[in-house]
Amino acid sequence: MFTKYHPTKGEMLQILSPEGKIINTKFQPEISTEKVLQAYKLMVYTRTVDLKTVSYQRQGRMYTYAPNFGQEASMIGTGFHMNQEDWLVPSYREMGAFFHRGVTPTDIWLYWGGHEDGAKFPKATNTLPISVPIASQIIHAAGIGYGLKLQKQKGIVYTYFGDGGTSEGDFHAGLNFASVWKAPVIFICQNNQYAISLRQEKQMASSNIAIKSLAYGMPGIQVDGNDFFACYSATQKAAQHIEEGKGPVLIEALTYRRGAHTTADDPSRYRSKEEEKIWEEKDPILRLKRYLVAQKLWSEEDDTKLTQQYEEEVEAEFLEYEKYPPYELNDVFQYLYNTMPDDLVKQKQEYEKYLAWKESRS
Amino acid sequence: MPEITVREALRQAMDEEMARDDRVFLMGEEVAEYNGAYKVSQGLWEKYGDRRVIDTPITEYGFTGVGVGAAMAGLRPIIEWMTYNFSAMAYDQVLNNAAKTLHMSGGQINVPIVFRGPNGPAEFLSSQHSQALQSIYAHIPGLKVVSFSTAYDGKGLLKTAIRDDNPVMFLECELMYGWKDEVPEEEYLIPFGKADIKRAGKDVTLISYSKPVRMVLQAAEKLAEEGIDAEVLDLRSIRPLDEESIYKSVRKTNRCVVIDESWPFASVGSHVAWLVSTNCFDDLDAQVEFISSEDVPMPYNHTLELAVQPSVEKIVKAAKKVLYV
Ligand SMILES: Cc1ncc(C[n+]2csc(CCOP(=O)(O)OP(=O)(O)O)c2C)c(N)n1
Ligand SMILES: [Mg+2]
Repeated sequence: MFTKYHPTKGEMLQILSPEGKIINTKFQPEISTEKVLQAYKLMVYTRTVDLKTVSYQRQGRMYTYAPNFGQEASMIGTGFHMNQEDWLVPSYREMGAFFHRGVTPTDIWLYWGGHEDGAKFPKATNTLPISVPIASQIIHAAGIGYGLKLQKQKGIVYTYFGDGGTSEGDFHAGLNFASVWKAPVIFICQNNQYAISLRQEKQMASSNIAIKSLAYGMPGIQVDGNDFFACYSATQKAAQHIEEGKGPVLIEALTYRRGAHTTADDPSRYRSKEEEKIWEEKDPILRLKRYLVAQKLWSEEDDTKLTQQYEEEVEAEFLEYEKYPPYELNDVFQYLYNTMPDDLVKQKQEYEKYLAWKESRS
Repeated sequence: MPEITVREALRQAMDEEMARDDRVFLMGEEVAEYNGAYKVSQGLWEKYGDRRVIDTPITEYGFTGVGVGAAMAGLRPIIEWMTYNFSAMAYDQVLNNAAKTLHMSGGQINVPIVFRGPNGPAEFLSSQHSQALQSIYAHIPGLKVVSFSTAYDGKGLLKTAIRDDNPVMFLECELMYGWKDEVPEEEYLIPFGKADIKRAGKDVTLISYSKPVRMVLQAAEKLAEEGIDAEVLDLRSIRPLDEESIYKSVRKTNRCVVIDESWPFASVGSHVAWLVSTNCFDDLDAQVEFISSEDVPMPYNHTLELAVQPSVEKIVKAAKKVLYV
């Protein structure tokens, strides 16, 4: 696969056409029908949570939030391959991969809703918190991969970043280290073609992102990021490559963020309705649904039922989340060191005295 | 005099200086077509085009370093960091290059560059995006560091910064961009190294700079209700620091509270408090009080993020403490 789709050829791996037809049988992934259905449901679930979260933000029930709408195949197609012992080293736009690991919408809302517990993920293992400083996580992934290798532990590190993140030096350092050390890392670039408003041509002169892998002596491949099968298949191959001890792989999933950069952004300022329309036609969920329906594995009725079920579930979970106990003052001091040093203890006591003084004045 | 926002005042300063001097250009993430993440560069790209208002890829290290190089070549770059938090990625270019080149080239190559962007806490931005980093930069010889608390000061100081022949760290605040005050239409500049009395008083000197000044003024009003007449001194320029104005005020009131929204340890505020303690020892009727943010990363939760920062209440309490009331 990595030879056939060598990034110098400028050919993107696509298996499922926008019409939902298999157009490339040679590289179809090994995946059971049952799992495909599971993944489809996760994509629908992720979108439900995503769209509802944006609407909660609009209602003033949530702070700023970074939407995932449109990138479901790219994050779930790649992330669905993660096993328990693998690591997720994320940025902030791969909610579907988080859900696959057992992170719940409540965790995500706690994070974006301003609660410190939102970084804890009690049900997920080997999952780093959401990272907003662009690209810093890419080097951590190399470090974690190296750490696993040194300790002869099982597991592959899946790290995510955007097209914009590839301009940071961290991208270079991360790929360089991982390839020299043959660290078990899959570098996944969700290329949604924009860094906020800056389109790809203004970020880089290279014809694609996958091609950057060549400089590091690792395989790279550009896949259709709105095609679940292409994303899954490339990830499966990358995992095999790593398991054979051959080191890291760079996957570029070409996709499109259908929503805003964050809820504080207005994309109509920098992209056209026509462009948005083109990508609506290429929607990843629509595409997989067309396939499943044609295969008689799924129906429109199933779909309506599922969406409704998820909407109700998510709504109920959000109402519960809104009752979550507030964060306590103590927690501000609590997580700074493994054990609280004396000066911090003193500071905390002084703060409590101040609060008592304030109380006595009111 | 027209009232304008801080955002508009900063935009005018850049616009006027770009019109005046073709060597001045603006570079950073989202500054051109998007008009800046906080809209400070509104309209500049339309007016000056791609040559002088430049959108960069996301590499703070890269565009900061390119700016330093361009300054060495005789240009006068204004580098916008989307926030000062991202200056961390570019730190080596500031610390070891911008601040050192004149010194290390034996005075031959100067770096006339302005680094600007919002610094310090805003709202709901959590630990990695709410940091007040002035103390880190004020620590470095070779840099100038300035802040402001009004649109008027912001405009005058930014123009001075752009004309300065040295690297200048220009500190803005996200929450201040919408603040308004009177700014004259005719041109003016504000020199570095001059503090400003924002409220004259005789009982206690409250020293601050940047966004907290407004809060300090509110505290002064609260104190006035209790019959305490506070003087509020806005440092504006941190390096160079106007020590004379500080001492003059403290020698008048004999009492001093320093308010700084950065962390307490080795900070601008702790340094000023030490200067006052040393140089006004015989004039002080009470120990100097110092209010900073708590010594912890910024919580995300809104109640807590307010709780760890300086507040009107904390300032009132400290002022009363030095007055023994
Ligand atoms: C070091 C750093 N610089 C700048 C920012 C501000 N910022 C947040 S998201 C973003 C764009 C990122 O684009 P990309 O990597 O393509 O990811 P996408 O948002 O498209 O998923 C920028 C510049 C940041 N968070 N961190
Ligand atoms: Mg992007």
